[in-house]
Amino acid sequence: MSGGQSKSSTASWQWLGGVVLIVLAMALPFALSSYHVFELTQVMIYAIAVLGLNILTGYNGQISLGHGGFFAAGAYTAAILMHRYGVPYWATLAPAALICFALGVLFGLPALRFEGPYLALVTLAMAVAMPQLLKYFGTWTGGNQGIVLTKPVPPAAIGLDRDRWLYFLVLIVLLLAMRVAANLLNGRTGRAFVAIRDHPIAAAAMGINTARYKTLAFGTSTLFTGVAGALAAIVIGFVAPESFTLFLSLSFLVGSAVGGIATIGGAIVGGFFIVFVPNLANEISDAAPWAIYGLAMLLFMYVMPRGVIGTAEALGPSLTRAAQRFRTAPSANKSEWKT
Amino acid sequence: MHQLLQQIFSGLAAGAIYASLALALVMIYRATDLVNFAQGEMAMFSTYIAWTLVNAGFPFWGAFVITLFASFVGGMAIERIVIRPVENAPILTAVVVTIGLLLIFNALAGWIYSYTLQEFPSPFPDRILFGALMTTRDVGVIVVTLVMLAALFFFFRFTPTGLAMRAAAQNPESAQLCGIHVGRMLALGWGFAAAIGAVAGIMVAPVLFLDPHMMSGVLLYAFTGALLGGITSPVGAVIGGLLVGVTENLVGTYLIASQLKLTVALLLIILVLVFRPNGLFGTAIVRRV
Amino acid sequence: MATILELSAVKAFYGQSEVLHGIDLTVEEGGMTVLLGANGAGKTTTLRAICAMVRTEGQIVFAGRPLQRCTTEQVAGLGIAHVPEGRGTFIGLTVEENLRLGAYTATGRPQGNMEVMYGFFPILAQRRRQQAGALSGGEQQMLAIARALMMSPRLLVLDEPSFGLAPRVVESIFTIVERIRREQKVSVLLVEQNASLALELADRAYLLETGYVVTSGSARALADDPQIRRSYLGY
Repeated sequence: MSGGQSKSSTASWQWLGGVVLIVLAMALPFALSSYHVFELTQVMIYAIAVLGLNILTGYNGQISLGHGGFFAAGAYTAAILMHRYGVPYWATLAPAALICFALGVLFGLPALRFEGPYLALVTLAMAVAMPQLLKYFGTWTGGNQGIVLTKPVPPAAIGLDRDRWLYFLVLIVLLLAMRVAANLLNGRTGRAFVAIRDHPIAAAAMGINTARYKTLAFGTSTLFTGVAGALAAIVIGFVAPESFTLFLSLSFLVGSAVGGIATIGGAIVGGFFIVFVPNLANEISDAAPWAIYGLAMLLFMYVMPRGVIGTAEALGPSLTRAAQRFRTAPSANKSEWKT
Repeated sequence: MHQLLQQIFSGLAAGAIYASLALALVMIYRATDLVNFAQGEMAMFSTYIAWTLVNAGFPFWGAFVITLFASFVGGMAIERIVIRPVENAPILTAVVVTIGLLLIFNALAGWIYSYTLQEFPSPFPDRILFGALMTTRDVGVIVVTLVMLAALFFFFRFTPTGLAMRAAAQNPESAQLCGIHVGRMLALGWGFAAAIGAVAGIMVAPVLFLDPHMMSGVLLYAFTGALLGGITSPVGAVIGGLLVGVTENLVGTYLIASQLKLTVALLLIILVLVFRPNGLFGTAIVRRV
Repeated sequence: MATILELSAVKAFYGQSEVLHGIDLTVEEGGMTVLLGANGAGKTTTLRAICAMVRTEGQIVFAGRPLQRCTTEQVAGLGIAHVPEGRGTFIGLTVEENLRLGAYTATGRPQGNMEVMYGFFPILAQRRRQQAGALSGGEQQMLAIARALMMSPRLLVLDEPSFGLAPRVVESIFTIVERIRREQKVSVLLVEQNASLALELADRAYLLETGYVVTSGSARALADDPQIRRSYLGY
């Protein structure tokens, strides 16, 4: 009975927290400078990318060191469509999503043969190959120089400047992505993913088509990250092979771990980490900023091995129980009656 | 034909270096179930230590030996201080720690020694042998690697500590029941791996020139070689490393120019893995229901 | 007779769950104590508690020395040789290497001689260079016991040595264990499902049920008690 009480109160706290955050997110761009708005937009873009990785590695247990490559695929899809074919920026998201989904499925099929460090290598090949391939097929991709894009013009009717318009565009996509992810992961598919991650043999024995779900997880994951890449191309207005190195893939992994690998909210924390900690590190030490960044990673992992949101979720029930002890008797009785 | 043999031989020399680093990776993986992404940067840092000693006037081989000891101790310290806290954490957490370590070493090296390319002395005279089939440098690298491998083989096969380390890696609980301090064995494993990495770094520095990014390509090839051989097999690591070296060289010479060399080499190796998903000599990850 | 091992009010925990609820147990020096009970009674947990492999409360004293603050390695170093459930063989190593590992900790005591082990278990001599994983179940059990004896232990702790073995093999193993106890003056703490055989050899017996000691006494007394025989020992 007290379990029912804590579940509904956790859920209502979460709902309240979510609403507060969304309101905050909508108000912020009007309180901050354009540059900060741009930074927050980047945070959200990386959050979508990390969310994709969470689906694959966190919920389905397939490690990927190559998501930077899929991010690049999405970015270049959008860039080429805009640059070569004059497609309006907002219309590039769907094709990028589809293409990256297909890429992910294509990748996921052979990936079925591999596990653990072997899968890591195969995905690593993707991350390493992508910049090389992008440079090689120069006629399409603009080679080393990349592609410069015209930044989008915000619709006049809405009356926002470009940075803020793009901020809200990305915010909408992020919220949509989180909603889709939540529906997917809290439903049958999500349970299948987790079952496969934790006990693949038992899952197969219970009739779950492991191959299909694992491939689906791959495709879904790369879809999310690819869309994030397309948004990056639109918002930054420039793509080049050097922006999509192995380091980007590793950054996604780090963001995932810092936020909480098997969480949805953790992706946002991860986005913040990837964008802001290097900047902070620069301020602390301009001689060796990456050392500070690395140190930050270590500290986060020592203190919160399951990531920020992962640790919060684990603590959640005990915090709710602690909060309950301050409730007066009458309301406790009321909830007992309810259950 | 002559060119082919030449390329094979210099591929073997490069492969010897990949093999060494691959062996270090396998050693750590067997002990802690973890791929140490920082292995390359640790090796690079060790090479800088050797460089500092040589510049301070130490004879080459003296600096070599001192660096090996320092790296051994450093590797043990890293295991105890940096890795110990996350030994029982989820794998990804430990991976992120090694990535952080990678960044720290890289940045430290850049800060202390700057990012300028440095020359690193080669202990081997630069002469050509057997009618331009191979260079003394290549022979030297292969010989040093073979000596190191022989020493390691002897240590692990015939000494009590080597046996204890193998036992601790295979079955930590049983090892504890035999009175073996598993934690100490892990630290030793990291020490050995660091020392092996130092050898690899010192051997490759004369060719690649010393800078903080020297080992990142080497690590990638070493990782590939370790997996090709089977991440649980030391013999596999060596053979895998050599194969990767030869493949890389042959692909670069005969197949495709430098831009796609890495991609093609990786694809070829992944093709092999498709047929042998646990590497050439690896054991399958046994799943207990 | 002196007591070589004494457990007093020992509780053991897996995480937050308490699985042993205050066990009292003794092993006489040079004697054999057997722990009986159904699956899940806590027999293996008791053995693991002695070797510091689970979190415990209470007192464990070995040869006058409290074990509470010791690590598993230290307990082994003090002369307790534990052959775990499933034997714990190093299957990737050879028979000879397994034996050498057994002697790893034997400092300050005469080292168990490998030849003596081969005398007890001739089949191991034949297979000394083979991978331990290639041995049959019975042979692996012998290897596990030999490995434990290599440290010249004062206390031999055996967890279900008869598990999965044919009756003839079980008999020969028990004969050897009894012989070793008498000749080498090793005390033995035994967990067994095969109660009748164990009770024939042991001095003291304890019957565990869901983490409690429900009956204890001389092995003879437990074997003779028809109530206990019917309820717990199946005959």
